Amino acid sequence: MNLSLYTVAALIIVDTDGHRVLAKYYHPAGDPNPTPKRLTTLKEQRAFEKGLFQKTKKAGGDITLYDGYLAVYKHSLDLICYIIGDPSENELMLLSALASFSDAANMLLRNQLEKRSVLENLDLVLLCLDETIDDGVIVETDSTTIASRVSRPKADTTEIVINEQTLMNAYQTVKEKMQQRIGQL
Amino acid sequence: MVYLAIKELATTAEDVIMVTSSIMKDMQPNSEVIYRPNAIRALCRIIDPSMAQGVERFFKAAIVDKNTSISSAALVSAYHLFPAAKDVVKRWVNEAQEAVQGKSSSSFFNSSGGSSYLGWGSSSSNTTSGYQPIPSTSYITQYHALGLLYLIRQQDRMAVTKMIQQLGGGKTGAGTVLKNPLALCMLIRYAAKIMEEDPNMQRQILELIEGWLRHKSDMVNLEAARVICEIKGVTAAQLTKPIAVLQLFLSSPKSSLRFAATRTLAALALTHPASVATCNVDLENLISDQNRSVATYAITTLLKTGNEASVDRLMKQISGFMSEISDEFKVIIVDAIRSLCLKFPAKHASMLSFLSGVLRDEGGYDFKRAIVEAIFDMIKFIGDCKEQALSHLCEFIEDCEFTKLSVRILHLLGLEGPKSPQPTKYIRYIYNRVVLENATVRAAAVSSLAKFGLNAGEAKLSKSVNVLLNRCLDDVDDEVRDRAAMYLKLYEEQQLAMTYVKEESVYSLSALESKLVSYLSDPDAGEKPFDASSIPKVSREQAAKEVARPSTLETIGVPSSSKAATPPPPSAAETQSQYAQQLAEIPEFTSYGQVLYSSTKATQLTESETEYQVSCVKHLFEEHIVFQFNVSNTIADTVLENVAVIMEPQTDSGLSDDFTMPIASLGANSPGIGYVSFTRDESTAYQTASFQCILKFVSKEVDPSTGEPEEEGYEDEYSLEDLELSAADYILPTYVTFSSEWDRLRGGVTVTETFALPAMESLKAACDSIIEILNMQALGGSEEPQSTSIHTLQLSGLVAGGGGKALVRCRMTYSKAQGVTLELSVRTEKQEAANLVIAAIV
Repeated sequence: MNLSLYTVAALIIVDTDGHRVLAKYYHPAGDPNPTPKRLTTLKEQRAFEKGLFQKTKKAGGDITLYDGYLAVYKHSLDLICYIIGDPSENELMLLSALASFSDAANMLLRNQLEKRSVLENLDLVLLCLDETIDDGVIVETDSTTIASRVSRPKADTTEIVINEQTLMNAYQTVKEKMQQRIGQL
Repeated sequence: MVYLAIKELATTAEDVIMVTSSIMKDMQPNSEVIYRPNAIRALCRIIDPSMAQGVERFFKAAIVDKNTSISSAALVSAYHLFPAAKDVVKRWVNEAQEAVQGKSSSSFFNSSGGSSYLGWGSSSSNTTSGYQPIPSTSYITQYHALGLLYLIRQQDRMAVTKMIQQLGGGKTGAGTVLKNPLALCMLIRYAAKIMEEDPNMQRQILELIEGWLRHKSDMVNLEAARVICEIKGVTAAQLTKPIAVLQLFLSSPKSSLRFAATRTLAALALTHPASVATCNVDLENLISDQNRSVATYAITTLLKTGNEASVDRLMKQISGFMSEISDEFKVIIVDAIRSLCLKFPAKHASMLSFLSGVLRDEGGYDFKRAIVEAIFDMIKFIGDCKEQALSHLCEFIEDCEFTKLSVRILHLLGLEGPKSPQPTKYIRYIYNRVVLENATVRAAAVSSLAKFGLNAGEAKLSKSVNVLLNRCLDDVDDEVRDRAAMYLKLYEEQQLAMTYVKEESVYSLSALESKLVSYLSDPDAGEKPFDASSIPKVSREQAAKEVARPSTLETIGVPSSSKAATPPPPSAAETQSQYAQQLAEIPEFTSYGQVLYSSTKATQLTESETEYQVSCVKHLFEEHIVFQFNVSNTIADTVLENVAVIMEPQTDSGLSDDFTMPIASLGANSPGIGYVSFTRDESTAYQTASFQCILKFVSKEVDPSTGEPEEEGYEDEYSLEDLELSAADYILPTYVTFSSEWDRLRGGVTVTETFALPAMESLKAACDSIIEILNMQALGGSEEPQSTSIHTLQLSGLVAGGGGKALVRCRMTYSKAQGVTLELSVRTEKQEAANLVIAAIV
């Protein structure tokens, strides 16, 4: 039984080909019952991710045992997020951590948790991960809080973006307003 | 983002003062709220323990901060810091206590988030961005604070118990202040730990945990149910409630819940199949579950709980989806089937056909091995299916890609094949291997063939095998040719054939290994041939027992539990070679030569509860005898120096004192080893003696603040129990075929004496004590008397130091009035050995 707060062994995000998008393995120094040093080298980690992906690439499930680890996972568009933990760990605990992370990331990326946006906003996702799990300890399970702590307070919100869409929007509003006015006349 | 970088670099950085000061600035209470938690968490990575004192004030303030994020961050950082700076963190216990009570978070508690105890629940998300971060509604701070509190108090069971009672609320669990499900899960685990350590608390805590079974959160329910299921010696009545909870989970729409529940049930089914049987209906629905892992667990559970009638139906369903699941789960299923067919031998036919079916499927080595082992077990334990199983195996090796498996199967065929009514049909398969396979398999096939030839009664068969073997003489591989030649030779000499092919005993492998290693490392020994007769032999059954897989009957079907299984205690021979290695490292003993024999079990010279614990192991050399004392000191805060055992031989023993090797320093709870050496005046005689032992030492107290022992100590003595050097220390149990060996030793020394043992209460007690006194191997099951009045016990042993074999036949009669009367006949190669044995009984 794990009596410490060190719950999560790793968080991994892979794409549809099984390539790593983001991976963070935790080997906390102060863990009172250190697990045998596994998954410390890049080679081991790659092999682990590959095998795990092979087992879980089909959509549907959200939990499995692989190679002596308990893995909960979540498919999201073209990504799969995994949280890896000790097999004796409470499944729902890991699942709640995973859910809060992916919910927060979803909020931050405006519901587009996909490879492109993750890579474009890697800073946000990394900060989000840091707010969810700190060296294997689950820090926060409330996704709104996580998201709010990551998103920077914007000093200047009046920055106007001008592109085709905004122009079209402006045109639309002008058109509507005109129609209303004309209708009133 | 900067903080992240700092954290990642933290392990490599050396000069941290600059960074620290800038982070400290961010931590100031007046700086922007959003950065403070990050600053705190980054800080704990870079400071070293000595600086922890300096930031103490900040941490204390942060832990009780109104903002939960800051508080959490401070607690988590404290948790990370704890191993490095115990003393400092221990002082924060009051602050952590306050955080657990959750007073601070209640002020942030707004009614809209009231229902979201679960982090992933319905958190209100209307103001996602802005200057003020949204306060957490998950009470996660409690989780961290509880973890830290436990870490600080874990050595103190009373404090933890009190904490559990305080936080656990009343009997129903409703009055608890803990609102975070994760925190409750941790609390349940702590409670379970306490329950395991302290049986007195069991009832009380069990009530608490049962209360949590009705908690709102699934996570808590699951944890509580699982903990109850894992209690050692849990009764069926206690199990009903958690099983009811798990049963609910089984029909849950969430696959992770189903997974968790089936996994727990599968583990429980190993120990309490009857209790789990109530869930069978739900489990059967899960067999067709989307998630294959859930389905597999469901099936294995059913296989364990099911009765004979449902087996056939299950087998049909399993074979339906066998192709869809991964190898790992296939292995689990095969293991479950193996234990099942041992449980219901009547169903072997359907299972065997299933196994042979999957044997033909695609699969990796582990999977195939599991199947082959399952079939092996069936052959071993279920006589009826032997023939069919063998023919399945024969077919399998026709196109088996794994050399190891082929060799094992060929070996088994060699053993079992000749006993079957039609051995000829296997020979074709085996000879095919000789023609088609690689060298390793060919060699195995040749041995197997030869066994057919030698063991089969028919002359015609052995003749045809002879022809086949002759053909193998032209093989390209040396090993194959050698084996064929050797077996052909055996055809001509029936006596040799008896020893090589039908011999029932094998050398104890680990003993043989250690002897061979010492033989090779000793340059002088190279001149004489290796003496194999000094190695104890064990019977085949024993050897099989030693390597027996722990999974014959009580197969473990759950992969997670295999980690928990403890490794078997080292066998006697392993400890022997370990001792030999220890002795070889001590320079004084190198001139003594090889250890002839070490007593296997350490003799306790003290009660197990005393301040100093001493046990003794005896090592016998050619001309010396060495006593090894394992001393451990259980008193904390003292160091024993110059620890020596003074041994006084009581009788005129024929031993003279060489030297005593004391232990220089012995701290608390770290055992040390001291030696006492004696010279045996005559190396051929077997000295027996009794020794008075005294432990002498200088006791010094340890200064608790510095950890250094004080200058002055006082001398002290501690008397130990007497130590006996007896016949058993010279004799090594070994296996022989008693009747033939007994006849062979007719020419040796035979001594017969009669004893009356009025104190013995039964023949069984007499047998046990004789075996213990002589330290010999009982043969042919003769250690278990069949009749209550008359019995013959057969023993054999090797006498150390060139004493050769010793055989003992004890004829015993028992009557109520006179106790046991014993006629002891000893046959040995030398007179001294016989004397030794007789003297031991007197």
